Amino acid sequence: MILLETFQAVPATGLFSLAWLLIAIPLATSFLLLLLGRVSDSWGHWLATLAPIASFAIGLLLFLQMLGADEGSRAVTVHLYDWISTGSWNVSVGLLIDQLSILFVLLITGVGSLIHVYSIGYMAHDDRRRRFFAYLNLFIAAMLTLVLADSYLILFVGWEGVGLASYLLISFWAHRDSASAAGNKAFIVNRVGDLGLAMAMFTMFSLIGSVSFVDVNAAAGEMGGWATLIGFLLLLAACGKSAQVPLQSWLLDAMEGPTPVSALIHAATMVTAGVYLVIRSNVIYAQTPEATLAVAIVGTVTLLAGAWIGSSKDDIKKVLAGSTMSQIGYMMLAAGLGPIGAAFAIFHLLTHGFFKANMFLGAGSVMHGMNDDVNMRNFGGLAKAMKITFLTFAAGYLAIIGFPFTAGFYSKDHIIEAAFESNIILGTLALLGAGVTAFYMTRLMMMTFFGQKRWEPDVHPHESPAVMTVPLIILAILSLFAGLFLNGWIQDWLAVPTGHEVHNTGLLHITPIGWLTMAVVAVGVFIGWYMFKDDIPKTVPQTKNVFAHAGRNDLYGDAFNEHAIIRPTKELAAGLAWFDRTAADGVPEGGATVAAGLGGLLRRTQNGYSRTYGLTLVLGVIGVALVVALGQLG
Amino acid sequence: MTTASLLVLSAFLFTVGVAGFLLRRNALIAFLSIELMLNATNLAFVAFARQHGNLEGQMAAFFVMVVAAAEVVVGLAIIVAVYRARRSASVDDANLMKF
Repeated sequence: MILLETFQAVPATGLFSLAWLLIAIPLATSFLLLLLGRVSDSWGHWLATLAPIASFAIGLLLFLQMLGADEGSRAVTVHLYDWISTGSWNVSVGLLIDQLSILFVLLITGVGSLIHVYSIGYMAHDDRRRRFFAYLNLFIAAMLTLVLADSYLILFVGWEGVGLASYLLISFWAHRDSASAAGNKAFIVNRVGDLGLAMAMFTMFSLIGSVSFVDVNAAAGEMGGWATLIGFLLLLAACGKSAQVPLQSWLLDAMEGPTPVSALIHAATMVTAGVYLVIRSNVIYAQTPEATLAVAIVGTVTLLAGAWIGSSKDDIKKVLAGSTMSQIGYMMLAAGLGPIGAAFAIFHLLTHGFFKANMFLGAGSVMHGMNDDVNMRNFGGLAKAMKITFLTFAAGYLAIIGFPFTAGFYSKDHIIEAAFESNIILGTLALLGAGVTAFYMTRLMMMTFFGQKRWEPDVHPHESPAVMTVPLIILAILSLFAGLFLNGWIQDWLAVPTGHEVHNTGLLHITPIGWLTMAVVAVGVFIGWYMFKDDIPKTVPQTKNVFAHAGRNDLYGDAFNEHAIIRPTKELAAGLAWFDRTAADGVPEGGATVAAGLGGLLRRTQNGYSRTYGLTLVLGVIGVALVVALGQLG
Repeated sequence: MTTASLLVLSAFLFTVGVAGFLLRRNALIAFLSIELMLNATNLAFVAFARQHGNLEGQMAAFFVMVVAAAEVVVGLAIIVAVYRARRSASVDDANLMKF
């Protein structure tokens, strides 16, 4: 068992007491745009774009101030108000701004701002653009609530808020049945995860009467076996939100949403909330090796499953979605390795936020030029037609496969090394995943940007406007160089909230495993290049390869859900409905029938002759008189 | 005249009233029978008052008379109204209040 030092948070002063503005600004703009309606159609998107930029500016100021403070006093709590106050049971609403949450704030507002700018161009021809921006702002506000919360309960408010925003944005084009169904699916699958988080909170409330991070961390040592239960429940929550096996099935369908949504919510920020939850609960996981191992196993399974799916899809967004699952699998794996991996999970989360947002927006730019086609079999040879998109996408590509000195090279290699250090099997599988990642990303590049032009007849690819390419360029620069800046610094920065062990992670310090990873990646790239360098058929080739079939069908995740969960639930519901109709309704209905029958019999005595009633009266009086007389005698 | 013989007379009158009410179909006769029962009870009341030597029984008899007078007014009015509407004073013809 590893005992971690729990952080000591100091009350907020000065600038920090204004931290609530981080959340309030995008929330206010969101409501404003939704309430004003069409009045704000012409300028709403500009206002909505300013909101995350303002939050980013505040976040940056807070970050700089924390950078200046000494390590012990960096974590700050901001008490906002008392929510529930009933004697011994109190819930207050507060924000916790520490080294971990401020990084998330910068990622969410920074990448969020870029994606807002991009969306101005991407959604330019949509009638409901104002509504789209209002939802995006709502998402930013909810996500900031999630990461800034100082207790699980406030985190849960943000957690549900991002779920709502995700639902609204996936089904934004609800006139398409598939989009509407995908939104429902995401929402319903997430409910399963939410159940885990809610039950974890119930457990904490009943154990220690509080769900604030400070109290839970302080009491984690005495929880014993309960820590394992909470660990597993939190893992269930993380699986739902982060699309980890077994709750992975919603993420691929979530690609029905507009592409900026896929970039912001389903790649860079919301889906990483599960990783955040696990890292934030690291004190609990330190008490329970079983739950920690389960996190690592879930991460490993998902990173392979996502890579598998990514290798066999022809839809460019679904390849990226599979890749997102896979990369989040890496983060979960790192989070499940305990303190040696926690900082790397966040490191990879940040770099992934940059390069995956970059690639999703690049895919959006490609779709923009190709009349919203997503089938890579209709692409090809786009490198010349869309130079900026190609170059920025290539930067993301290099980062995700882990090309030396790009962002992914540092963050992913550290995770693989840490995995090897703690468990040889997890390490080998993570290494294999890196090779498959290189393969499917090379496949995507070859099918989209190189080779023959397989465009549909009426498609004329063109570069996107500057409002879309500038965010791409910024994200490409971050994809290439963020690793260099973060590599040496992030472990020390996160030392207190994640309780790490410092590794030697010099920029040029490449371990044998690092060399091995590079070799595996090179093999993956080569196979990808070799298989897809020639002509690619316009139709999906018939194959008897079971692996390809499984990948194309999302590893039968939907079929599994259909047979294992949906059908039994329907059968059960049908059975209960039958029971309700027969047994449950039968009892009162039977009683009513008996009463009605008796009533019918008694009704016969009412014959309308006053003599009969008189006789009844006389007999009654005689009866009463007899009773009284017998009573006197007795 | 003893209280016992007065009570026997009262019971006889009451029985005649009951039999009349149950057996006769003319509404006026049935009504008359009810009056007979009321006055049979009045006789019992005053017989007991005489035996006990106080006024409570006589008071009760007066009450019954007042009530009976009021009842006659209402009852006869109903009988006349029914007769006008249905051309019949038979209690068996007024049998609409049944199942």
